[in-house]
Amino acid sequence: MIAELGLAALWLAAALAALQLVAGALALREGGAELAALVRPAAIVQGFLAGFSFLMLLVLFAQTDLSVKLVAMNSHSEKPMIFKLSGSFGNHEGSMLLWVTVMALAGALIAAVERRLPEKTMLATLAAQSFVGIGFYAFLLLSSNPFERLPVPALEGMGLNPLLQDIGLVFHPPTLYVGYVGLSVAFSFAVGALLTRQVTPDFARAMRPWVLGAWIFLTLGITAGSYWAYYELGWGGWWFWDPVENASLMPWLAATALLHSASVLASRDALRTWTIMLGVVAFSMSMVGTFLVRSGILTSVHAFAVDPERGTFILGLLVIYIGGALLLFALRAGTISEGERFSVTSREGALVFNNVMLSAILGIVLLGTLYPLLTEAFDVRVSVGPPYFNPVGAIFVVPMLLVMAVGPLLRWRKDSLTRIRLPIAIIGGALLAALILVSLLSSVSILPLLGLVLSIGLAIASFMPIRGRKLRLLPIATWGMMIAHFGIAVALFGMASESAFSEETLAAVEVGGSADVGDWNVVLTEVRPTAGPNWTALEGRMMVSYKGGDAKEIDPQSRNFWAPPQETTESALVTRWNGQLYAVIGRQAGEGRWQLRLWWKPFVTFIWYGGMLVALGGLLALIGRLMADLKRRSIKSRVAGRRAETAV
Amino acid sequence: MIRWTLWVPLALFLLFCGVAAYQLTQPKDEFIASTMIGQPLPEFDLRAASADRPGLATRDLRDGQPRLLNVFASWCIPCIAEAPQLEALRRQGADIAAVAIRDKPEDVARFLANYGNPYSRIGADDLSELQLAIGSSGVPETFVIDGQGVIRYQHIGDIRASDVPVLLQKLAEAK
Repeated sequence: MIAELGLAALWLAAALAALQLVAGALALREGGAELAALVRPAAIVQGFLAGFSFLMLLVLFAQTDLSVKLVAMNSHSEKPMIFKLSGSFGNHEGSMLLWVTVMALAGALIAAVERRLPEKTMLATLAAQSFVGIGFYAFLLLSSNPFERLPVPALEGMGLNPLLQDIGLVFHPPTLYVGYVGLSVAFSFAVGALLTRQVTPDFARAMRPWVLGAWIFLTLGITAGSYWAYYELGWGGWWFWDPVENASLMPWLAATALLHSASVLASRDALRTWTIMLGVVAFSMSMVGTFLVRSGILTSVHAFAVDPERGTFILGLLVIYIGGALLLFALRAGTISEGERFSVTSREGALVFNNVMLSAILGIVLLGTLYPLLTEAFDVRVSVGPPYFNPVGAIFVVPMLLVMAVGPLLRWRKDSLTRIRLPIAIIGGALLAALILVSLLSSVSILPLLGLVLSIGLAIASFMPIRGRKLRLLPIATWGMMIAHFGIAVALFGMASESAFSEETLAAVEVGGSADVGDWNVVLTEVRPTAGPNWTALEGRMMVSYKGGDAKEIDPQSRNFWAPPQETTESALVTRWNGQLYAVIGRQAGEGRWQLRLWWKPFVTFIWYGGMLVALGGLLALIGRLMADLKRRSIKSRVAGRRAETAV
Repeated sequence: MIRWTLWVPLALFLLFCGVAAYQLTQPKDEFIASTMIGQPLPEFDLRAASADRPGLATRDLRDGQPRLLNVFASWCIPCIAEAPQLEALRRQGADIAAVAIRDKPEDVARFLANYGNPYSRIGADDLSELQLAIGSSGVPETFVIDGQGVIRYQHIGDIRASDVPVLLQKLAEAK
């Protein structure tokens, strides 16, 4: 019954999306004005129905209803409740349902709260949002129905991939999805504005909070995913340039560029077509990423249920939506005037430069991800990894970071570097001092060296905008920018330090034996069997001490899950302010010796602290914008109220 | 902005769709053959890994007779599992040379005493040098070497009963 309710709600939501599209499109034409009243309610009800449908799926998983195929394939009665719930989106069908739910809820939210867009653009935006939605409803209902029943209920479920039975993976996919799919709003805004040709600063101001919201979630999702891969996969790496990781990075790069270009449009009425283009590109990257992951066209560690037929379906959706939007762009963008001009040395100039750099990085990541696809057409197998991405990316990251340090100090429209020569001298001095210090202290290869030096320079530069201003009067959004930029510096420092200073020890140790890594001493005191709700494990008990200090116990495990049968490594971490000890226990190496893999990774945690700071900066900027907005609204209504009074 | 540049994004996207559509119609072959197949063995001369069998050098694998080259170690658990299959291969006429990876003579001797000794020669590769040079990344692995010292086939992982006929056939093809 619950499955049928969910399915019915999904069909109704799809029908409402169709209504929303037709009413919106007709209302845009002459004489269709009365249909306009239908569009907003349709969007809101559609959001409720999709949300209800997803809730039903959660209930099915919570109850472990084994007559439903998806539950039988991906769940197990003995799994802890939290992983039963997260199992609902740990598979193809469920995650697509999450996708349309987020999309419908985003549409409902715009319909409910957005009041700044001109009415026509608003209608066009909601029509575009429902148009994209319909394709994904069709995909779900026609080829990936999550509520399908089995002819005969299963006796027991097949379980969820043990790697996904981890608390990090409970939050990572929904967070990432809100970000990923939240960008559909930017896409719909861009298409709406192209349809009505109203690309104005007001449009940018209306779009900015939505992009910011999606971008915050995307930032958090990528940060959490990276940390999960780091501690769960057991090889100590935090980024692999895997197609799926790239699929989440590319929308982030596009959304970051979009945020900044929308700022220019909002403040200075420049970069109109560019902003529209980025709006289209950001969500297009989400869709392309989904296609790459689910069609099985690229080999990836995130092997979802791979199916060429689904791949064909999604490719069809891509052609309709991305192709359609780009066609509209090609036809219409020429009729949108370019907007205001500005000089190269100005806030806009710096933002444009960094927009170009971000786009170049996006292009590089896209090329690297798709390159194997291209060469395979000529029967050449390659895999593209760090030797390509790191140095080629650095060519654009380094100038971007330098401009990012100076850009926020520049004034809008026209400025001169001589006016800010003092801060530039301070930043330059910091860079030079860091360069000398790092190269004297240790021999570090070129990329990590650049990373360390730039991160120190950027950390100082990111708070320079405070100079000469009253702290209390500084807008919250400006704090947000400074903290986000500082977060980039912090994360960069962590990445560079991890790659420059990590130490690794591989040892076969008997119980009672010890091994050293960095300043740590690790003693293996015991290896014992232990059991969890749906796994058994060999647990190594280790006493670890830093520089001969107090010993601390850690217990890395090698776990065996039985449904489905799979072995996972549960690394043990000891976090200090200056880094992390990372310990993995492997197989028995014979003669009672155990394989231990130990790393000391100085300042590695800064990578994720940095990511969180970036998200926090985004949150502050969002709060700042929304508060300014509310203030403006209340002033407007007060002015209107007074006018009404005087008129009487 | 010049008009035609506005069409560039669409053109690039359609190019991507074309390649993707083509790839979707192609059967996906996940099997990647080693690039060492068809390559001659590197020059090496390994000391004997145990007292009762001679060591192994490149010239031993160039005497005109095709052989299996088994990469194993006494500390490797799957190597114990595949011991009966190696014995079966020997009984069906395969000549098996071996390389013991990072091992001590007494450990090798104990291993062979416990699980059988199907090998005609065993070389000791104390630093995994030969192992890396022939493109092997773990133990156990089994190579088919033709009589001229050229690698013809690589089997990764332990040999199961179902792999025995495959290896025998590859051995026959290498003649």
